[in-house]
Amino acid sequence: MQLALFLIFGLLAVAAALNLLLQRHPINSALSLVVVMMSLAVLYWSLGAEFLAAAQVIVYSGAIMVLFVFVIMLLNAGEEEKTTGSKAAYIAGFPGAAAIFCLLSFVFLSERKALGNVGIHDYLTDVVPNLTRISTELFTRLLLPFEVTSVLILVAILGAVVLARKEQ
Amino acid sequence: MVPIAYYLVLAAILFSIGAASFLIKRNIVTIFMSIELMLNAVNLTFVAFAHMWHQVQGQIFVFFVMVVAAAEAAVGLAIIIAIFRTRQTLNVDQINLMKN
Repeated sequence: MQLALFLIFGLLAVAAALNLLLQRHPINSALSLVVVMMSLAVLYWSLGAEFLAAAQVIVYSGAIMVLFVFVIMLLNAGEEEKTTGSKAAYIAGFPGAAAIFCLLSFVFLSERKALGNVGIHDYLTDVVPNLTRISTELFTRLLLPFEVTSVLILVAILGAVVLARKEQ
Repeated sequence: MVPIAYYLVLAAILFSIGAASFLIKRNIVTIFMSIELMLNAVNLTFVAFAHMWHQVQGQIFVFFVMVVAAAEAAVGLAIIIAIFRTRQTLNVDQINLMKN
């Protein structure tokens, strides 16, 4: 059952990511990125990270992608045109990405035995302990980094407002 | 039962698609979206390893990556709006003031 879940949503994520690569209009790429993020949320859930699955849907596909779609609409971005610069990118891009993929999957598949399996039964029954453990860790041992991220968000908001403001 | 290696290979596939589209795409907004795709792929490996070790530290890493990604998206899109306002284009090949 979990293998079916993994296959369906993994293939959906890969197909949507390829669609992001192949579409020429930015709005189509943005919507396929939403599909990738929603399927990753399901995969997080199957790995026993319920909190992160919810946060992925709310933060990534909710907030960040709405921001992207908003900017695409605001700037009225049209289809991208091919230029002479993209020739070199094609030559460097596909072999480089293929090399990264081959190296990573070779390492992962050769260590397959040592990495072990994912069982669905031992995690999905205890949703509350997962949340409890994350929040205990976050609010006791990692309290200072957690508070520093709020300062980071504040600085980012100020920077965004200053950058996007109209010049006087 | 799914081997954890499958999740990691899926993350590798997503990461390399993100890297390829980062290099190939010419629209600055799409390039920014492929960075988000790469961040998501790395998040998947963090969650898979967290599950493997039965620890929550990996999930906390993902939480912080999400926070940083949100901040980065806000600032980056503001920069894109500023670039569009001055240069009237989203094509990265035409944004070459720093070249030469």
